Amino acid sequence: MRDNVVRTPESGRAATDGGGPGLPRRRFMTALGGGMLAASAAATAANAQTKPAASNLPPNTPQWMKESGAPILSPPYGVPSKFEKSVVRRPTDLTPTALSSWSFTPLQDLHGMMTPNGLFFERHHNGVPAIDPDQHRLMIHGMVERPLLFTMDELMRFPSVSRIHFIECSGNSLTEYTKPANSVQTSHGLLSCAEWTGVPLATLLDAAGVKPEARWILAEGADAAAMDRSIPIQKAMDDALVAYAQNGEALRPEQGYPLRLVLPGYEGNMNIKWLRRLEAGPKPWMTREETSKYTDLMPGGQARQFTFVMEAKSVITHPAAGGKAIKPGTQEISGVAWSGRGRITRVDVSTDGGRSWTPAKLDEPVLSRCLTRFSLPWKWEGRPVALASRAIDESGYVQPTREQLIAVRGKNYVYHYNAIAVWNIGANGEASNAYA
Amino acid sequence: MHMRNIAAAACGLALCAAPVLAQKTPGTASANKSSELGPYGLGMVPTQQQIAGWNIDASRPDGSGLPPGSGSVSQGKQVYDQTCVACHGADGTGPMDRLVGGKGTLDSNKPVRTVGSYWPYATTLWDYIHRAMPFNSPQSLSPDQVYAVTAYVLYLNHIVPQDATMSRDTLPKVKMPNQGDFIRPDPRPDVHNIACMSNCPPLAAKPVKTEKPNPSQVQ
Repeated sequence: MRDNVVRTPESGRAATDGGGPGLPRRRFMTALGGGMLAASAAATAANAQTKPAASNLPPNTPQWMKESGAPILSPPYGVPSKFEKSVVRRPTDLTPTALSSWSFTPLQDLHGMMTPNGLFFERHHNGVPAIDPDQHRLMIHGMVERPLLFTMDELMRFPSVSRIHFIECSGNSLTEYTKPANSVQTSHGLLSCAEWTGVPLATLLDAAGVKPEARWILAEGADAAAMDRSIPIQKAMDDALVAYAQNGEALRPEQGYPLRLVLPGYEGNMNIKWLRRLEAGPKPWMTREETSKYTDLMPGGQARQFTFVMEAKSVITHPAAGGKAIKPGTQEISGVAWSGRGRITRVDVSTDGGRSWTPAKLDEPVLSRCLTRFSLPWKWEGRPVALASRAIDESGYVQPTREQLIAVRGKNYVYHYNAIAVWNIGANGEASNAYA
Repeated sequence: MHMRNIAAAACGLALCAAPVLAQKTPGTASANKSSELGPYGLGMVPTQQQIAGWNIDASRPDGSGLPPGSGSVSQGKQVYDQTCVACHGADGTGPMDRLVGGKGTLDSNKPVRTVGSYWPYATTLWDYIHRAMPFNSPQSLSPDQVYAVTAYVLYLNHIVPQDATMSRDTLPKVKMPNQGDFIRPDPRPDVHNIACMSNCPPLAAKPVKTEKPNPSQVQ
């Protein structure tokens, strides 16, 4: 189902190319047996069988230099190369319905700090609504001087800001408490990062004149779950953003089109998507999601509530479980680090299972509550090793080990797992989760 | 294909209500003087009717958001058997989200979090059923029906008696068994590591498997 994201535009392009005059696409024509160009499944299968032919390698001139390429607007909204079709979000197998479920970002295939919009992880509580922005409204009411109702056009007239922040589901890595997953995509892929553009929530609350006795803001989505969470007023006035754009374009439907809340560094579900209502009040609302669901069960049976911040964490994404096997010789160990408490100040990498550590290079810019790409040049000798990364943030917090985390929180905690991940590299160059 | 169904469902609820609201308030933003709109002069001041239509939250423990109306355990059983039983089962144990049981399991290796064993406030139950249930037709139950099915789920958990009736007066008075077992405020950071750089204790991972030889090493 999710493959359609890639396949549909591809089939469109194949049809356009084949139908265009003077643009012989011999490889397509042969593989597809003439006029069957619209059959996306066939095209995909043919692509999968395409292997590097010696005729395209030095000293020969590659085939794609001997014929015209695809015309402009192939298609009008660009899509990744057909050779990247395996780079897709993948679903969890833990939920009984795809409507209240989640899908993972393929961290093992990504570079740098930004997550492409089509690969941003998903977590919905009753599907993705198809909202006409002309019929969408944001209401602000409750403990305010004047309740206000905004259209999308009106919201876009407020002074805007653009900021780059990660969003991580509080359930990211939940498998690692009890049944560690053998793929970085499923163990760490409820994590993405984007540039968000919108209006500071503080600006909108100022417009409504939020009263001093208001201590919390309820944020509510316009989805079929009417997903709602209580936000402390301090966070609302500090760096919360009412965002309408993501990486330069309108939010994707899965990310809350046309409007979402972004709470930098706070657990993902609080970043209410399809935002329709903000209510100011004196106390938290005790919604279902902040009482019965996103609360953290401790040994002894008590549960922590209102655990908002995502603590410092890092993971090596290459090499990584579920990623490509490596070959002996020069390699670059690379991964991402992030903290809900601010900037990453250092990431240490171990290639000997934690016995010794080396500070990695951090790619600029290193931003607050944002993914930071780290890397370390490495020569793999071809022998089994265990790789790990350890993040430190500007609060001085050091990412803990799995043993340390579980010693305090037990294995029923479910959320906020941020321990050091360890990948075993086998003699065959394949990575696996050392705890799996 | 799922998407279309969702779209249709969503349109039937909140979205298609928007044009109706707009019709009732001709002129929208221009109807308000700029000074009434605060420092930016943008948007409109919604009518009390518009606010009331969207202000659906009723989860606050003091019951301040609950509407008039009431429903009994026996009325709730009728609603439950019609609209809830397919997902939550006749006895509230599933197959989907389990509503009943789990008492005494929260400190075990297999905690079972249900309305009875875990949820701290009965008002949250009313709010959630009203805003999000039934899953395939949210916001389709009347306040009386929501009171009734709330009463029934509480009864299934032995929290209210069989002759109970829930209303905005009685529901906030229901004391949920697990209410006192939530920890606030957030005590983190609660786990402390030291950034050891050399001669460190190894991470307690399983031994590395070495069965498969690396072809490049064999040659």
